[in-house]
Amino acid sequence: MTGADILRAFKRDGRIVVVGASLAGLRAAEALRDEGFTGSLTMIGDELGEPYDRPPLSKQVLTGWVPADGTKLPRRRDIDAEWLLGVPASGLDLATDHVRLADGREVPFDRVLIATGVRARPWFVESEAALDGVFVVRTREHAEGLQRALAAGPSRVLVIGAGFTGSEIASICRERNIPVTVAELAPGPLVGALGAMIGEIAADMQRAHGVDLRCGVKVTRLEGDEQGRFRRAHFDDGTTIDADVAVVALGGIRNTEWLRDSGLAVGVWGIACDTGCRALDLNGLITDNIFVAGDVARCPNPIYEYRLISLEHWANAVEQAEVAAHNMVSGQADRWPHLSIPLFWSIQFGVNIKSVGVPTFADEVVVVQGSVTDRRFVAAYGYRGRVTAAVSFNNAKWLDHYRQLIETAAPFPPPCPTPDQPADMKPVPVDFPGPTLLAQGATVVVTGHDPSERRVTSVQRHR
Amino acid sequence: MATTKTPDTLLRILDYSTRADPYPLYAELRETPVALQGDGSYVISTYRELTDILHNPHLSSDVRNLSHPVEAFERSGTPAFINLDPPEHDRLRRMAMRHFGPPHTPGLVAGLEPDLTATVGSLIDDFVGKEQIDIVDDFAYPFPVTVICHLLGVPREDEPRFHLWVNAIIDSIDYNPKTDPKEKLTNGQQATTDLREFLGGLVEQRHGRPGDDLLSRLANDDGPDGRMTDDEIVATANLLLIAGHETTVNLIANGMLTLLRHPQVLRRLRDEPGLVVRLVEELLRYEPPVHIIPWRASYSDITVADTTIPKGSRIILMPASGSRDPNRFHDPDRFDPDRRDNQHLGFGSGIHLCFGGPLARRETQIALNELVRRLDRPRLVADPPPYRRSPVLRGPIHLHIEQGDG
Amino acid sequence: MRIVVDLSRCEGYAQCAFLAPDAFRMHGEEALMYDPNPDDARRDQVLRAAAACPVQAILVDRLEGRDVLAERSKS
Ligand SMILES: Cc1cc2nc3c(=O)[nH]c(=O)nc-3n(C[C@H](O)[C@H](O)[C@H](O)COP(=O)(O)OP(=O)(O)OC[C@H]3O[C@@H](n4cnc5c(N)ncnc54)[C@H](O)[C@@H]3O)c2cc1C
Ligand code: HEM
Ligand code: SF4
Repeated sequence: MTGADILRAFKRDGRIVVVGASLAGLRAAEALRDEGFTGSLTMIGDELGEPYDRPPLSKQVLTGWVPADGTKLPRRRDIDAEWLLGVPASGLDLATDHVRLADGREVPFDRVLIATGVRARPWFVESEAALDGVFVVRTREHAEGLQRALAAGPSRVLVIGAGFTGSEIASICRERNIPVTVAELAPGPLVGALGAMIGEIAADMQRAHGVDLRCGVKVTRLEGDEQGRFRRAHFDDGTTIDADVAVVALGGIRNTEWLRDSGLAVGVWGIACDTGCRALDLNGLITDNIFVAGDVARCPNPIYEYRLISLEHWANAVEQAEVAAHNMVSGQADRWPHLSIPLFWSIQFGVNIKSVGVPTFADEVVVVQGSVTDRRFVAAYGYRGRVTAAVSFNNAKWLDHYRQLIETAAPFPPPCPTPDQPADMKPVPVDFPGPTLLAQGATVVVTGHDPSERRVTSVQRHR
Repeated sequence: MATTKTPDTLLRILDYSTRADPYPLYAELRETPVALQGDGSYVISTYRELTDILHNPHLSSDVRNLSHPVEAFERSGTPAFINLDPPEHDRLRRMAMRHFGPPHTPGLVAGLEPDLTATVGSLIDDFVGKEQIDIVDDFAYPFPVTVICHLLGVPREDEPRFHLWVNAIIDSIDYNPKTDPKEKLTNGQQATTDLREFLGGLVEQRHGRPGDDLLSRLANDDGPDGRMTDDEIVATANLLLIAGHETTVNLIANGMLTLLRHPQVLRRLRDEPGLVVRLVEELLRYEPPVHIIPWRASYSDITVADTTIPKGSRIILMPASGSRDPNRFHDPDRFDPDRRDNQHLGFGSGIHLCFGGPLARRETQIALNELVRRLDRPRLVADPPPYRRSPVLRGPIHLHIEQGDG
Repeated sequence: MRIVVDLSRCEGYAQCAFLAPDAFRMHGEEALMYDPNPDDARRDQVLRAAAACPVQAILVDRLEGRDVLAERSKS
């Protein structure tokens, strides 16, 4: 049999198993069927019920408009799958090509897609996390609980962590006219993702909406009453605050524990893979039949010097799922690379915040369009003289232009004026709290428009 | 290198003799996505380049940024937001939108539905038994103008004057100093002045007397951006009238024409009224009213498809060509009302995306549904029908049909 | 009926909020909040909204309320 015959036979009656039945898993399954895969398809997921969408959980659901169980994902097509729900996968055996389930069942596969995503990072003291009134938000059950607590009219909500999710929750509290305190270790909200300059703007925005924002502080202890209800939080500067709801929004933990002994390249940042979404093993060898997609994947991007990038972005989950699915049923020559530029959005305080590219991959940032005081602007990020990211506040219609600047390694700061350019357009250091990325490397540009023709070409470096 | 000099394709498109079927010329144009013309302007005709440039912040809609003024654009008075750039454009559009759509007035267009249906119904009542009908004069023309006048608060009895002004203005948009009589331009300029003066009078009356119509709301409401000046209100009202007029007429007329050319689709639409939603999108791609967006300028040097367009150049966009680009649309010259992948350019794109799109869509959807439901075996009298002069806003000037046993 | 909006594509054109105001609401000038599970009675409006989105960001369920999990569930 030739390679093509084998592939055809596999597409006809092979076995594909998808672990993690959420956004990436579902979209991959649909894409597999679109690609003509007619073999058996098994969806393994530890959550009960149909795949649902998470972004509304910290937005429409918390306002009380949309019920928590009302975000089930629409289907693009029938996937004719066997669903094994409510039991987590507990292991992956590369030698025998089996997924092990926690109840002891074994599911054989020819190819497997890992899409187990992320879970919320819990409060670090278990007994305090268990207090009534302490929440995280990742699942629909979490959102349902928190929405009920907000509807009860708490005297104050404490949000621990001012990343995107924490800021969105604070925004909803203000919309519902609930007093809210936000505690953030960094000097401002969103600083970890977007840097100090945007952090300052976000801080002003929160305060203008009546958020009691406390930056540069650490919550050290959550205190409960005799009934086990959360009542008070203690900060590292000795102060306290009384509240009856605390939302822990300290980011996520990748769901990779079940792969610890699998021999795959698994770590806190997820499972390393190549641009074709094929998993790497511990030795850095590319596996043939193990694919990864979504929040749990760690994928190199040539635009960012081939660094492995982990993203918790909706669009990334969808795109990787499609690339992974395509490559699972395609021969070597027809495979697609996942070269998309990351895209993200967040809705808070009536502002649509969007970003394109990797803002943390930058040394400078400059407001290129609009007005910061009006909270309508675009800021571009640059790394060593080329554009690597952009962020817009209520100015999303321009963002696609910046995507092109990133793809073409356009010079930073963008030299040409626009009609709405701010008077004082001076780049400032981005100022991320963590280590900055200072390695040198090749600069590439992305060519082609379709998934099948997108490739990178190396170009001469600017400057 | 994408630029070559292909001056004559555009000239042939502008020539009236090609009005009935400009699409083969668009295909010719697309061979050079960014085509430098003899007069230094650039014509952009391919889908990707059009969407790119419509999202390019270095592009200006303000004709004052052209290094060589274009006579056809010369108008006195405050420009309306269609010909302004951010932040002014955004501010004025936002202030107008407060009274027309979301977030401040979200239900207006959806709530107009009973009115639209009633207006359409009464127009059709007038010709339902007749054997010969002109879809343009008897239907497509009076319908949108009644709607927009009603929205703005223009008295019914003034509508006829409106028609004359609007006609003269639209007729002058594509004024070409080499081939057209100067009159065409001066008539347009005069009509602009008269229309503005008339609208100014209406605005004055509205001050202190807040009513439900758009003019009163604009004249009396203080939103977060403050209040528009009277000049700004007049410019905005003027824009809504003109932009929402001939365009919708043409979409309805092009729609009926296309249906009559595809009788099986017409029959399907009668049995399956829900089809109209995708069908109207397909019309906006396949036979759109706006063929050319003529008033863009490069605010600074712009690179499109490897061509650098120098600052101050005139850029002519060909959205109707982009919507037929085979590199974007499968089988683009086929009218396919079931088309799913249909991100057409019928309403433009980017910050100047049509302000009235939702209204125009509902008007056309209701119009076509009712026409096919109530006309009795309609047939085209002449194919192609006679066209209006304008290559910019393209559509039949009359669409004669026969129905019944006639 | 189920829908999802790809908000990374959405550019805030509000066309959906015009045509199906009960299901799509603008939160401020540009941010869209929508009901992922609007009432079936709004189906016509939602389909109009989805067709009108200039960036085709609105995905409407194509299985129309079938019990998709019951397909071949063994668990
Ligand atoms: C509250 C909230 C708001 C968000 N807002 C935005 C936003 O505004 N913009 C944006 O771009 N993104 C946002 N996101 C992120 C976005 O939702 C994620 O990127 C997306 O859900 C990733 O999909 P996924 O399928 O990769 O992972 P997940 O959705 O995390 O799915 C993984 C699934 O695998 C299951 N699983 C885990 N381990 C196992 C196991 N061992 N066995 C079986 N199943 C397992 C999990 O229970 C889960 O069902 C938000 C996320 C949350 C939680
Ligand atoms: C089928 C009918 C219509 C079509 C095809 C159409 C098409 C267009 C196009 C292509 C543009 C973009 C122009 C540019 O980029 O410079 C536009 C802008 C505009 N249209 Fe429409 N239009 C229609 C109906 C309407 C209606 C009914 C109204 C008014 C209620 C209207 C009001 C406007 C306004 C105000 C603008 C300027 C928007 C801006 O600059 O921000 N249009 N239209
Ligand atoms: S119409 Fe499309 S782009 Fe506009 S707000 Fe709705 S979803 Fe977003």
